[in-house]
Formats: sequence, structure tokens, C-alpha cells
Amino acid sequence: MTGRSLRAASAAALAAALLLGAAACTAPSGGGTRAADGGTAVVGIAYEPDTLSPLLGYGKDGNSKIFDGLLAHDADMRLRPALAAELPEVSPDGLTYTYTLRRGVTFQDGEPFDAEDVVFTYRTILDEKTNNPSRAELDALRGVRAEGSHTVVFTLAYPYAPFAQRTVLPIAPEHIAGRQDVNTGKFTTEPIGTGPYILTGWSRGEKLSFKANPHYWGGEPQVERFTMAVIQDDDVRATRLRAGDLDGAVLPPALAEGFARDRNLRTHRATSYDYRTVTLPTGNPVAGDTAVRRALDIAVDRQAMVDGILNGAGRPAYGPVPTGSPWFTAGTERRHDPEAARRILDEAGWKPGKDGIRTRDGVRAAFPLWYVTGDKLRQDHALAYASDARSIGIDITTQAGSWEVIEPRMKDDAVLAGGGAPGDPDFDQYLLLHSDHAGDGFNNMARYDNPAVDEALEQGRRAGDEAARRRAYDTVQRELAKNPGYTFLTHIDHVYVLADTWDGLSTQVEPHDHGLASGPWWNVETWTPKGAAR
Amino acid sequence: MARMAGRRVLLAVPVLLLVTFGVFAVAAASPFDPVTAYTGTAGLTASQENLDQIRANLGVDQPFTARWADWIAGALRGDLGDSAVLRMPVADAVAERLGWSVLLAAAAFALAVLLGTAFGVLAARRPGGPLDRCATAIAYTLEAAPAFWLGLLAIWLFSLQWGVLPAGGLTDTASDTVTAGQVARHLVLPAAVLGISQLPWFYLYVRQGVGDALDEDPVRGARARGLAERTVLLGHALRSGMLPMLTLIGSRVPELITGALLVETVFSWPGIAAATVQAATAVDFPLLAALTVLATAAVLLGNLLSDLLYGLADPRVGFDG
Repeated sequence: MTGRSLRAASAAALAAALLLGAAACTAPSGGGTRAADGGTAVVGIAYEPDTLSPLLGYGKDGNSKIFDGLLAHDADMRLRPALAAELPEVSPDGLTYTYTLRRGVTFQDGEPFDAEDVVFTYRTILDEKTNNPSRAELDALRGVRAEGSHTVVFTLAYPYAPFAQRTVLPIAPEHIAGRQDVNTGKFTTEPIGTGPYILTGWSRGEKLSFKANPHYWGGEPQVERFTMAVIQDDDVRATRLRAGDLDGAVLPPALAEGFARDRNLRTHRATSYDYRTVTLPTGNPVAGDTAVRRALDIAVDRQAMVDGILNGAGRPAYGPVPTGSPWFTAGTERRHDPEAARRILDEAGWKPGKDGIRTRDGVRAAFPLWYVTGDKLRQDHALAYASDARSIGIDITTQAGSWEVIEPRMKDDAVLAGGGAPGDPDFDQYLLLHSDHAGDGFNNMARYDNPAVDEALEQGRRAGDEAARRRAYDTVQRELAKNPGYTFLTHIDHVYVLADTWDGLSTQVEPHDHGLASGPWWNVETWTPKGAAR
Repeated sequence: MARMAGRRVLLAVPVLLLVTFGVFAVAAASPFDPVTAYTGTAGLTASQENLDQIRANLGVDQPFTARWADWIAGALRGDLGDSAVLRMPVADAVAERLGWSVLLAAAAFALAVLLGTAFGVLAARRPGGPLDRCATAIAYTLEAAPAFWLGLLAIWLFSLQWGVLPAGGLTDTASDTVTAGQVARHLVLPAAVLGISQLPWFYLYVRQGVGDALDEDPVRGARARGLAERTVLLGHALRSGMLPMLTLIGSRVPELITGALLVETVFSWPGIAAATVQAATAVDFPLLAALTVLATAAVLLGNLLSDLLYGLADPRVGFDG
């Protein structure tokens, strides 16, 4: 072989490789550039979902865009019918929920939606071969059956008052999802639902693209193309918003402030159930002591944390229920009172030692407090907490680690944790406070064990009567003030900055996990262009 | 030649077996928990029973040796298993991404080889000249610069400061269709960064090889016969000076792969490398194993290719390796 032919051959090979590479990746071409028309919106979010299959847990709290639930939440988190024609009929014993379905609804592929799809969705989630980590949320559900093509009956194993709240869960099409592997089938990445938006592309770690569903039963959305760019880094998200690459983004309060003077952008602030708390493990001789817990509870300066750490975008937290919620028990607010905290410790026999740290029966009032590495917000909370504790003679050492490091230590060491779910007080309180869930995964990390709270939580979920439920959750909050196994610090507002080109933007009360479903775009399907001119 | 290729393929089998076993062993020893990675934030409120069930469903409750044997048995039947973290069959995930990685790597490699050769020849023509001194100094600097750092620098300069090229991804944010024009624009930065990080090696080798060849008898003979300088340089000196570079093409493949790993991550390029990072942190055994096999195969192929090319280009070298 000569040199010339060698060169020719290698050039040909290279060209072939390039062509092959290009050919292997051809995708449908067409329009879709970022035009100035009012029909597109691009927003930046921090985290993308792991899956888009409702059977694996996607969109279980609503606002899934691609899908609808039987019910949905409105702006005030009240339930309204979606795929159901009306709110469910509940039997007097609270064990049977009957839903009449909306007629004439079709999936995005044109196939009709009916009761079999609902039954399929719930049965598949309950199947233990389905890798759905949120299955326990349907713990009360014993069975679901169709009665005719447009009626679905749910039977519960025990009366569970917030059950209707769980039925915002998106409904999957049986004719597609039923024919493939539920855990790894195509449906998990190329979903088809009844919802206002059709997924046109999901480039993992980059973006999710949607187009309006022209046959949506609720009317065709006016935002025709909707894109969610996945950008983990807060600074990059802010830069891309400033550069005009994004129309809106979720931002930390400090970065959002930089856009306050931009007249084309508006800041939206959503209140939330998203709390930061310190777990005080029952098994720890110091943190498990009621006097120490009560002293810490009033020694922390929550308002200072809201002002200093959150730039005012938040409010002091006294329990999982935020102060602005209708479920909040007035009178359980705790005043910042380090003097009273010292008295409580003195009376309980915790005497200050030479270094200012208290001891009792040879036990030094000290314990470690863990937070997740890299989470600035939790780090700041942890440091502020430790400094407040130190002022009353309790020595808290803050330590950073990944969850792999923290998990085995949760039993004895304190952790700066976060959580919170709106919808119903049962959702997070039962898992957080009930002794049955002590040390169950990441639920009840403090292993809080208070029989009065256990009883009230049971009453709260079983009682059908609104007033009885209210009394139960009042009891929980009062008991938490008497024996605070967690020191709740703050509820955090979520801040969003968006271009001021649409009408109809609002925010819901948001949960701890505010990914794709939260933010002012929770109802993007009802946005309208600002002014008739667009 | 065919014999040599066949012998190498046979030799690759135990290597691949060993490598996959190593991957399973390392992944099993890592502190990351596959179930925690799989369930994500939902796992934080899941019940232990629920998590245990998922552990069993994913098959990660078994010892890693059993899982490795399962995976090998499946792979032999053509089933690479299912990726837990991507929630799709591994074969689909690889097929979806391989093309983009090949495109990026091929573009970068072509850039490195072409530019490296061109500058190498020019520099060798006048050793110690201004071009030689400049290019060599830059080459040593670039060789010391990690690819991800170059990538961040390029994003800062071209995307943030000047706004002339997109900072990442495959297409514009608002667009969901893949057009050749958009891909080309998005390919420029990552391919340039990856190519430039590989370029110094080729440049330095070519410069040295051609420089040495220019002093050799055949070149002197060619000059004495009065051949044009161009023919002497490209036809005689370059051809003989290219030999060490052919070796380099094969041995740079592993570097190219690790470089791509960093570059794809920095530029959110939807290729294999990005999936590798995800698979590693999520302890996704089947995906990790498949990707490692792919990388190992690429390295072995690269070595084979350079040996074959060497044999073709230099008659003194036989095919008995």
C-alpha cells in the first residue's frame, strides 16, 4: 500500500466516521427557534424529575403538565375536579370514594380516556413490582374498581380523611403503559397523557420541551411552546436569565434581588410548607432531654434567621405547619427568650461548668449537628443554631457530610433537615412525628415518641369531621411546644423572577420539593398574553 | 494482518471480563447506595419496607459477584440489562448517546490531528524560528491545562463575555428540534476545547518526527536531486516523520475518552460521558458496566488501529504483534 492510498484511506475513514456520527443522530427537523412571538416561554428550573411516568411517582402532587389527575388543586390549594366530573362522593363511614369521570376526554394519541385507565394506574402503583418510592402515600387504599366506563370506586382499608388529596395523582393510559415494562419501558421517558402539554423532547440534564395540546379538554393553552431548562447552578441560571436565554427562573432570594430594578422582569414570591428543622434524637442523652429541647426551642432567634439568612424571604417556623396556614394553632408561637431558656436548664439540673457549657450528672451538654455538604442554606441555619445554643450553655458542633455519612448517625446525632408538604396536615406530620415511623428510612429522623401526638395523628387522619380534625392537629402542635423533639427554624419562601409578558401568573403554597410542578408556571396552561396586541 | 487482528480480539475477551468484574467490585465497595440514588427525593419520605422492596426489584440486594455473573450471562445473549437511573434498557441509552459522543470525539480528533500536523510541519521547517518558539511554548502550556478548565474558560469568554457561541447543550434552549445548523453551532466550543486539549501531543510529535526526518539521508538525497521543497517536506520528511504519530493516535484514545468525560459534563453534551458520570454516582451497575466495556473496547481498538496503520505505513514493521 502506498503512502498516497494510505492517506486517502484514512481521510475516507475519518469522513465516514463523521458522517456516521451525524447520521446516527438525525432527529426530526423543523421550526422552533426562539422567536419574539408571545407563544413561547422558557423557564429555568434547578432539578429535573427522575422519571416522567406517573406509575413511578412523577407528578404525584399534581401540576404534571403532561397528565391530569382525577382532581387538581386551584391557586388556593382547594380541590377541584379535573378528569373527574365532580368532587368524589364519600360514604358515611369514610371507606368508599366514588368518582364520576369526565366524558369525551382523549389521550394525546387520540385514544379515549375511561375508567379502566384509572384502575390500571392505581393498581400498577400498588403492585410491589413497581418501583414507586411513594407507594406508602396510598397505604390506606385497599382496592379500586370500575363500575361501567365512567365511574370509579375506591375502597379504603381504614378511614383516611385526606384521601381525596391523593387523587391528584396523574392517570396513565392503559393502552400504552400497560403493554410495556413499567419500570424501564419507553413510557417512562416518552409519556403520553391527557394533560394540557405534549412532551416533545427530554434531553436529560438539559431541558424538557412541551407543546400545547390542541385537543386539551380544558381548552388549548395559549403558551404554545413551553420549555423547562434544567440548570442546577444558581449563578448560571441567573446569568442565562439576564442574557435573555430564559424568560424566567427560580432563584435564591439574594440573586433575585439583582433583578429587582429590571422593569421587564417581575419577582414572584411563593409561600411554602418548606421548613428547616433540627432533629433532636430521642436516643441522645442531651438532645433527648425534654428540658434541653424546650430550652433550645426558645433560645433560637428565628426572626434573625429569616432576616439574616433568607433576606426576609421566609417566616419563623414553630412546627411543620406554617404560621400563615389555616391549620396553624394560634398561640403556639414561641418568643425568643434566652433568659427563660437558661432558667429551664437551671431548674432541670444542667449546671454551667468552667467553660460555660452545662453538665448534669457528668453528662456534658454537647452534641453534633450534621448538615448536607454544599447546601449553603442548611449550613447557615446550622451555624446560627449552634451559636444560639452556645449562648445558653449548650455546645453544638456543626459537621458537614453527604447523606451516606449522615444516615448511619441519624439515630444519635442531630441533623439539619428539611421537608414539608401542603395539601393536608396528615401528609408530613404523620411520617415526621408518629412513633411508628421512628427511624423508618428518613421519616421521623429524631425518633420522636409522644403517645399524645401518636393518638392525635391517628384521630386526625381517621376523623371525617373537619372540626374534629382541627382539634387533633391543634393537640399535635401544643404537644410539640411542650416536648419539641425537633427545633423548627424557618419556613422558606421560594422566589421566582419572570418576564412580564403574560397575564394570569400566580403562585400556590409550595412543598419542600419545588421542581417542575411548582413556581408561577404551575398553571402555565391558563396564561394569556399581556395586552391584546401580542 | 487478519491473524494479528484475530489474536487481539481473542486477547480482548479476558481483558473485558476482568474490567467488568473490577467495575462491579468497585461499585459494590463505593459508599453510594443505588436505592437512595434511584429514589431521589421521594426516597426521603418513603417507608423502609417500600425501599427494601425496590432494592429487591432492582436486584441490588444480591452480592456483586452474582450480579456480575447475571450481567455477563445476559450480555452474551445480547441483553445488556436495564439502567436504573435512566429507567430504560441500557442498549437504548447507549444507542441514543453514542452517536453524539462519536461526533464530538471525531470532530475533536480530526481537529487535533490536522492542526497538530500542520503546525508541526511548519514548526519543524524552521526549528528555533518565531513560529516554532511560539507554538511550542503554547503547546506546553496547553498540555498542562486540564480540559474542564479550558472548557469553563471558553464558556466564560465566548458565551458570557462575547455572547457569540452557545454555552452548552445540543440545541438552543427554546428549540426542541435538532437541526444540523444548531448542532454545528453547539459543537464548536466542546469540539474545539477537546481538540485543543489533545493538540499539543500531535504537534510535538510531528514537529520532532519531521525535524529528525529532515536530517535523514533520503531527505538529503531528495534535496540533492533538486526536488521542490514542498515535495521534500510533505512527500519525504512528513511521511517518515508521521510514524511516531500513528502510534500516538492509538494511545491517545484513552485520553480522548477521559477528556470527553469532562468536556461533555461541562458543556451538558448529551453523550456517553455524561451518562457515565450519572451511572457512577448512582451506582447503576448495568449501565456502568456497559459503558466501561465500551471505553475498554475503544482503547483496545485504538491500539490495534495504530499497530495496523504502522504496519501499513512502514514496510519494516511486520504484523506479528
